[in-house]
Amino acid sequence: MTTTGHDASTPTTHSAPAVYGLLAEFETADALVHATRKATKAGYTRLDGYSPYPVGEVADALNFPKSEMGPVMFLGGLTGACTGFFMQYYLNAYGYSLNVGGRPYLSWPTFVPITFEMMVLTTALTGLFALIALCGLPRYHHPLFNSKAFDRATCDSFFLCIEASDPKYDPAATRAFLESLQPLSIEEVTE
Amino acid sequence: MATAELTKTPPADLPLEPEMHPLVQNKHTLVSIGDAVGGVVLAGKHPRGWWIGFLAGMALLQILAVSIAWLFYMGLGIWGINVPVAWGFAIVNFVWWIGIGHAGTLISAILLLMHQKWRTSINRFSEAMTIFAVMCAGLFPLLHMGRPWFFYWLYPFPNVAGVWPQFRSPLTWDVFAVTTYFTVSLVFWYLGLVPDLAALRDAAQKRWQRIVYGILALGWRGSAIHWRRYEKVYLILGGISTPLVLSVHTVVSFDFAVSIVPLWHATIFPPFFVAGAIYSGFAMVVALAIPIRKWYKLEDLITDHHLDIMAKVMLATGFLVTYGYFSEIWMAWYGHTLYEWGTTIERLFGPYGWSYWMLILTNCVIPLTLLWSKKVRRSAFWLELISISVLIGMWFERYVIVITLSREYMPSMWGRYAPTIWDYGTMFGSLGLFLVLFFLFIRYLPMISITEMRELLPKKQGGGGGHSIMENAP
Repeated sequence: MTTTGHDASTPTTHSAPAVYGLLAEFETADALVHATRKATKAGYTRLDGYSPYPVGEVADALNFPKSEMGPVMFLGGLTGACTGFFMQYYLNAYGYSLNVGGRPYLSWPTFVPITFEMMVLTTALTGLFALIALCGLPRYHHPLFNSKAFDRATCDSFFLCIEASDPKYDPAATRAFLESLQPLSIEEVTE
Repeated sequence: MATAELTKTPPADLPLEPEMHPLVQNKHTLVSIGDAVGGVVLAGKHPRGWWIGFLAGMALLQILAVSIAWLFYMGLGIWGINVPVAWGFAIVNFVWWIGIGHAGTLISAILLLMHQKWRTSINRFSEAMTIFAVMCAGLFPLLHMGRPWFFYWLYPFPNVAGVWPQFRSPLTWDVFAVTTYFTVSLVFWYLGLVPDLAALRDAAQKRWQRIVYGILALGWRGSAIHWRRYEKVYLILGGISTPLVLSVHTVVSFDFAVSIVPLWHATIFPPFFVAGAIYSGFAMVVALAIPIRKWYKLEDLITDHHLDIMAKVMLATGFLVTYGYFSEIWMAWYGHTLYEWGTTIERLFGPYGWSYWMLILTNCVIPLTLLWSKKVRRSAFWLELISISVLIGMWFERYVIVITLSREYMPSMWGRYAPTIWDYGTMFGSLGLFLVLFFLFIRYLPMISITEMRELLPKKQGGGGGHSIMENAP
């Protein structure tokens, strides 16, 4: 239970546990897309959709039409390619001068393979670490894991969570709004 | 009137891709896919076939351990390598294993970019195959070094002697290519696994499974924002892995082609090597997929249609390599070079001529005659035999290339090469390392991508209708 923390029933010393948000469960991806669109239209800003497989329309509805990964990985790759090229030039021309058959020190065609490999390597590693960092991972616990129903977010259910930090959040009004979207269930998730 | 005809859209219910061969058979749902694939891992019940494969691999792994221990104790003299054949089995096996790995990247990256949805049920375990094959490949140059504990001398690092690598040498390119290839394959594979690990974490009943899969899943929770970033990274990784896989085997072929050995110094080597790599890699995927889908009853997910397509890829790449064999002989004859032609005659009819004809038989004659038949392509039994034939044939291809060194320019340079029992021990032992890693993988990790199979399901069964990654990753 340490990593996933499903024991929401653990008695706490605090009087009332803080609320993370209201979690609505939907049966299909289309229902989640529909609900997310309505929620953003209603003015909610701190909300997120959860699905077992990527549903692009949800991210669109959340006003996240384009991720920042492209430019980030491009910069990573560019850095790697430059490092690779100049490393080879510097090391074979100045660090340990190698005269191979009288060819120029800046014999750039022979530096192409390693420049390319370094570009690929740094692009991939930048992508991995930037993804993890931007998504706030790794984190072994998240308030949503307190919800037993949320286990199905990686299986066959689709969730919309309106967070309590949303300026428009109101326990009663938000619950009524979510009920109007006809979810399978609504649950208040504690921190 | 004509313009009205042209702008008329087809009726909405007309299927763009007729579902002649559904890629997921039976009425699967989101849950049943998780059960079919994840259940194998979580329930921990394994068929007899798993034990057969694992124990066979374990036995071979012991041979590898003994061979390496003896090598470290005695030195490289226990191998059959000599001058002129200084590389021997080590490079034959290195190139063979690297080539096998390439099909994994091809399936996961190139087919992803080409919207080939059938890749989904085989990409995970072919990626795993890539990683394990590259590990086996890496073993051989390391052991061949003589003093493998100084392997880090291959990389540029500041040292007291002030010496740096020679960056104009294909052997140095190879170090960077293989290192990058291994790292990027690992990143690609792990990133693909993360949502599946989260699915396993949430479906697991046992405490240790929740903890282990929970840690490995990095806290993934399927957020729409995360998915959008994830798909973009996955798409770019596919995009850069495509030239990567071509570059790696090109660089491997440069190890030969940059030399001036007759029949090695050829411009056809890079494409010829890449085609051969894909050929043997697909053969390995087929050879592994057939028994595994039978043992684990995954015929619904890895269908006969998948085998058919993979057999067609083998047919196409088989013709490419056959063209390469033809071209080598043609260029030697047409080039009118004494040494090129003389070495060709030695290759065909010299002391190692039998290995050339073995290569033609197992790599060209057997597969390229049988794979034309649809009946054969859809028969698990025949396809298994043909794949093994191709794996043997592609091994012989590299053997034929390496053994060329025994008869090149001057007869005074000629020599003979014979592998010793330790060469064979290391070679078959590496197969054991591969099998052990592979069977551990199918025991502890989902061998088919649960997430991607769920996406592939038709919308009315709860899935994503097989959307392509481009649509979600702007």
